[in-house]
Amino acid sequence: MENLNLVLPEIFISLSIMFLLVLGVFKKDSSKIIFNLSLFVILITAIITINETFSVSRETLFNESVVIDSLSSLMKIITLVGGFLVLVISSSYLKTFKIYNIEYPILILSSILGMMVMISSNDLIVFYMGLELQSLALYVLATYNRDQLKSSEAGLKYFVLSALSSGLLLYGCSLVYGFSGSTNFDIISNQLNSNEYVLTFGIVFILVGLAFKISAVPFHMWAPDVYEGSPTTVTLFFTMVPKIAALTVFIRFLYVPFLNLIDQWQMIIVFLSIASMIFGAVAAIGQTNIKRLIAYSSISHIGYTLAGLATASNEGIQSSIIYISIYIVMNLALFCCLLMLRRKDQYYEDISDLSGLSKNHPILSLCLLVILFSLAGIPPLAGFFAKFYVFIAVLEQSMYFLAIVGLLSTVVAAFYYLRIIKIIYFDKEKDKYDTDHSSWLKFSLTVSTILILLYFIFPSQLIEVVSRINII
Amino acid sequence: MNFPILSSLILLPIVGALFLFFTKDKDGNNYTAKYVALFTTVVNFLISIYLWFSFDQSTSSFQFVEDRTWIEGFINYKVGIDGISILFIILTTFITPLCIISVNNSVKNRLRDFLIAILIMESFMIGVFCALDLVVFYLFFEAGLIPMFLIIGIWGGERRVYSAFKFFLYTLLGSVLMLVAIISIYWITGTTDVVQLYEIGIDVKYQNLLWLAFFSSFAVKTPMWPVHTWLPDAHVEAPTAGSVLLAAILLKMAGYGFIRFSLGLFPIASEVFTPLIYTLSVIAIIFTSLIALMQEDMKKLIAYSSVAHMGFVTLGIFTLQQQGIEGSIIQMISHGLVSAALFLTVGVVYDRMHSRLISTYGGLVSVIPKYSILFMLFALASLGLPGTSGFIGEFLILMGAFKDNFLVAVIASIGVILGAAYILWLYKRVVFGKLINEDLKKIVDLNRSEYFILSCLAAPILFFGFYPDPLIKTIEISVTDLINMHNTNIASK
Repeated sequence: MENLNLVLPEIFISLSIMFLLVLGVFKKDSSKIIFNLSLFVILITAIITINETFSVSRETLFNESVVIDSLSSLMKIITLVGGFLVLVISSSYLKTFKIYNIEYPILILSSILGMMVMISSNDLIVFYMGLELQSLALYVLATYNRDQLKSSEAGLKYFVLSALSSGLLLYGCSLVYGFSGSTNFDIISNQLNSNEYVLTFGIVFILVGLAFKISAVPFHMWAPDVYEGSPTTVTLFFTMVPKIAALTVFIRFLYVPFLNLIDQWQMIIVFLSIASMIFGAVAAIGQTNIKRLIAYSSISHIGYTLAGLATASNEGIQSSIIYISIYIVMNLALFCCLLMLRRKDQYYEDISDLSGLSKNHPILSLCLLVILFSLAGIPPLAGFFAKFYVFIAVLEQSMYFLAIVGLLSTVVAAFYYLRIIKIIYFDKEKDKYDTDHSSWLKFSLTVSTILILLYFIFPSQLIEVVSRINII
Repeated sequence: MNFPILSSLILLPIVGALFLFFTKDKDGNNYTAKYVALFTTVVNFLISIYLWFSFDQSTSSFQFVEDRTWIEGFINYKVGIDGISILFIILTTFITPLCIISVNNSVKNRLRDFLIAILIMESFMIGVFCALDLVVFYLFFEAGLIPMFLIIGIWGGERRVYSAFKFFLYTLLGSVLMLVAIISIYWITGTTDVVQLYEIGIDVKYQNLLWLAFFSSFAVKTPMWPVHTWLPDAHVEAPTAGSVLLAAILLKMAGYGFIRFSLGLFPIASEVFTPLIYTLSVIAIIFTSLIALMQEDMKKLIAYSSVAHMGFVTLGIFTLQQQGIEGSIIQMISHGLVSAALFLTVGVVYDRMHSRLISTYGGLVSVIPKYSILFMLFALASLGLPGTSGFIGEFLILMGAFKDNFLVAVIASIGVILGAAYILWLYKRVVFGKLINEDLKKIVDLNRSEYFILSCLAAPILFFGFYPDPLIKTIEISVTDLINMHNTNIASK
């Protein structure tokens, strides 16, 4: 008999989704209850995850198609925390647009479920199932503000391109299956060897599909449009949570089934990384919409995360995970600020709307200052350490070119972050924004900013947690 | 473990800044904020003076060392001082309170935020001078960009945005290569602790590249020709207090870095690249002195003179002679005092006339005599007249240079003459001559606080000009040891 306790989080969250759906359909005006219950569900799932799986070093279930190890449990917890925070700060935004419905939390829950399945997958079919479950929920979320043209457009674009990438991914999976005769990662890993050159096609297709999901250059085209069009809270969700799951899957694919083929994929990852870092930095310079700018900046941040993966070492993987965790905190804080730019039920998202913010909203501007300098990677803020760890791992493998290109593109990236700071601090002020924000929003902003600001005092803790992850 | 005096020196301004953050910001003259800031910095100055007195001048090993685990098994937070760093710390803690007194007239809006920025800046600058770990050093070195960017950008002149961006991006671009070098050093030797690195030494085959990476950062910060172009812009647009900090202390970080890291860690590469440094320094001395001659903006003139003076400093450091390095350190301290004083004197008339153009002025001596006398003292100190601290530094540097390379020393001596030319011509055009501009007749002489600041700066300039012994005694053993270490490294090659 399998030890079902290990997948208890997934079981619990799927039962809750069904229950909440039924409750929502039969009970009128239940959006508030469903919202609160969903938060509760995420919290309980997180607790179960910590209790049941956190101390497990590595176990497999269901004919080794699901794996529970320190990587999966840590990433699940980050996913759940991210989902919780998104949900908690969404409500006032959704109410403004009158889309405060039961579907929103349920869709978020189901995409989280999909991601948890992805994170734990040790088999091509399980992986694909999880991927589709999360993607379908995300398509709907992108169009969630259906009265707005841009939101529908975003959803459609996302659907078409994402379906295409899923197709490529599936094709790659079938090639890999054809060569190895199995869908199980461990068996594939033993069966594959680098002599079979046609296999490279399979790897390339799978990597392209995954690169689409994390919006690495040159498969990033959907990101700016989708990020701009989707409702802001959904954009926040897009920039944080699916990336964690996709990154985990990336790590698993590269370091379990394809570990022996490192010569084949290392160049691809290095290329994706360099292209994303440079393109993300350069393309962001001309943007005027904050959400588009965040899209490009997230592309360049993904570039740094991939740089850690390209090293083919445990330190590299760990540094990537640290990077993405710190990035999530910075991103959350940035979006909290964006959600505070509200005046009489209208949200502002142009960079010029930030003009002179520091005169009327000194505290908010100070938070933005910290966040933006941290995103630019200036010490002693958290963003610097994220980059620092990645480059330590990269230089350990003597990949000097990658490190130098990466650091030079931080200088380019610093330019557009400075531009926002300039607009906030040096330009003429505009009208005041409303200050009656929900306390959750204020709370998340304060906590994340303090984390960014004071990370340098206790840098060891995060490393300690992550250092348990040993894939290779 | 003893009382962590260096950490408290670093932390105290931040505590003051935090305290200010929670006071209410008022428009106009915010006395609470000013007194809090002043109190913090004066206390810091007294602590650093105490540090100097309890400092043991008979040893070159690092003192007051604090060593704590910071990132498990990787980086330690390590600070400590030797004879070289203590002088820079005292310079920092001495200049900062003067800056805070000087904001009276120049900063009109958001005084509290300005003082917070200055205090945070002070912390980072002290941190740079006592860091004994490369990563800690880098952290403080880079973090200083944030407050300086804001100081130039928020409280600067008309072209402040351009200047702030230029300052930030130039220095950042220079520094990222240093980060690559620091991480590489970690992987080559297994540590980033400077003291250990001195003992282990770095393999010769890596030294040249690493040296160049550090050089790219320090050259921009110094600034050396041809990457000096950010400096005149930043100086001109920054508010007076910002220019003072920039000229007096920020530029010294690079000179300090050259001595501590380039010479100490890469002795063989330093030998290899001496011709490069000589060439760039000599070009900087001659070329920027000529540019300074042609300036019409007083602040720009002083900014270019800073580039020339820093050219002497880099020249002196890489003579690798006792006199040269000692001269460079004294020149840096002296330039810190003199350039701060010159920027403040320009600030005084700028506050009254709102013009930095030389042509606005002329004949000031007949209306504001006190000002003119002090200005003259600083001008003479800048050109290195015997009896002022500027002389000691330049003299020692040239002595070192003559020992090492005759040609370079001769060309650099021409720079001394040019230096006299531009500063005296500036003084002549501003202070002497006929009083043509009618508005100048209403100009008032120094007020109490300005008088106080300028005399505070004049005293050490004169004192160390006549009696440089305390400075030389403090640095002597450290420099001798540095050179001995260098020579043994070269010999063992």
